Amino acid sequence: MNQQSTPTTGAISQLILEFSRLPGIGPKSAQRLAYHLLQASEEQTKLLANAIRQVKQETRLCSVCFNVTDTDPCPICRNDQRDHSQICVVEQPQDILALEHTRSYYGLYHVLHGAISPTEGIGANDIKINQLLERLKDGSVTEVILATNTNLEGEQTAAYLNKLISPLDITITRLARGLPFGTELEYADDVTLTRAIEGRQPL
Amino acid sequence: MTKPRNYQTEAIIIKKTKLKEADRILTLYTPHLGKLQAVAKGVRRPRSKMAGHLELLTHSQISLARGRNLDIITGSQTIDSFLPLKTDLNLSSYALYVIELVNQFTVDDVENYPLFQLLLETLSHLCQQGDAELPLRYFELQLLNLTGYRPQLQKCVSCHSPLKAVTNSFCPHLGGVLCPGCAQHQPLSYPLSVNALKVLRWLQNNDYTTANRLKMDHQLSLKLEEITRGYLSYLLEREIKSASWLDTIRQSP
Repeated sequence: MNQQSTPTTGAISQLILEFSRLPGIGPKSAQRLAYHLLQASEEQTKLLANAIRQVKQETRLCSVCFNVTDTDPCPICRNDQRDHSQICVVEQPQDILALEHTRSYYGLYHVLHGAISPTEGIGANDIKINQLLERLKDGSVTEVILATNTNLEGEQTAAYLNKLISPLDITITRLARGLPFGTELEYADDVTLTRAIEGRQPL
Repeated sequence: MTKPRNYQTEAIIIKKTKLKEADRILTLYTPHLGKLQAVAKGVRRPRSKMAGHLELLTHSQISLARGRNLDIITGSQTIDSFLPLKTDLNLSSYALYVIELVNQFTVDDVENYPLFQLLLETLSHLCQQGDAELPLRYFELQLLNLTGYRPQLQKCVSCHSPLKAVTNSFCPHLGGVLCPGCAQHQPLSYPLSVNALKVLRWLQNNDYTTANRLKMDHQLSLKLEEITRGYLSYLLEREIKSASWLDTIRQSP
């Protein structure tokens, strides 16, 4: 859509432009959001503006687990109720949200911020692998759970971590890979089915 | 050739890029349509029916619908998932190296059936484990044959005299072997022992079953790797990204 043709003032077309840079927001949605804010109360717009400012100013990475946080160390790393002998390794901060939502894991996390991808030139030093090894040195951790994605990059990262951690006398586990809940068997691919059969469990 | 509105093809997935929220652009290598890019919608959602059939290094039967720009993948069924390549760190790294080379050495929509066969064959051989170096060297030499960069290994590329059984040199930018006399004027060349030259000729001129009978020691294999890699990256005018990863995992304990 041509921005010039819309007879809007500078401020609002600027806002539309900024919104349309966001993922999943096209020019029409950007327009709708902008006009919605124009009609919203002063209070509401201030809250939004502050929230946006704060997210950049006050959010940083936890120096221990590299999760995004506004306090350092992050609430999970500081929490004494959690099991500090387990570390769950994930690719990105959003993965922690998903795992926390299950309420079935009480250990700590480590965010790699990516996965090894040789064809894109992302190697071991481009993600936070050395920092993980550093955390494992003091011997307080007894189990590392590899929760990287189950695509090729994630599998490769897990295999590489396994190679690096296995000399350390730490239990290494990988999240089970099998059939997702709520799907139909006939559409499952060979790799998933093979693993589902290998990892079958007595009822 | 205009493609029909809906069509099916075999393909090996050689590259993937994220697109929008849940989609991917996949690069497919097909027997009769050559290299092809297509959009796979929704494959990054956990419940996608197609995702598992469209992972890198998978040989699948794929249905596509002609799109305005890129074609859209409408269905897929795995033919061979090359499971060992997805579980073994070394093998998957070798296989990624192979598909990166195929992607770099080909252009879109140009049929090269022998190259598809070579790719399929190489991935299957890697799955059968054993020595992974030999299939890679064989693949590199054959890839050069099939893409028009076959190196001259029979006579000197400069003076055209037949090569003698002495240490010659391999010169990437002349695309072949130099005799010791001519090599003096070419500082950018790799020394090539008699054995190394024999192995290169053997790999260049035989099919895989014959080539596979060859036993080469690790030292020689490393030497050849250096030479072929030098030639390949000279042709591509860039480093091969996954090659440095191969070095990393080789060095790690």
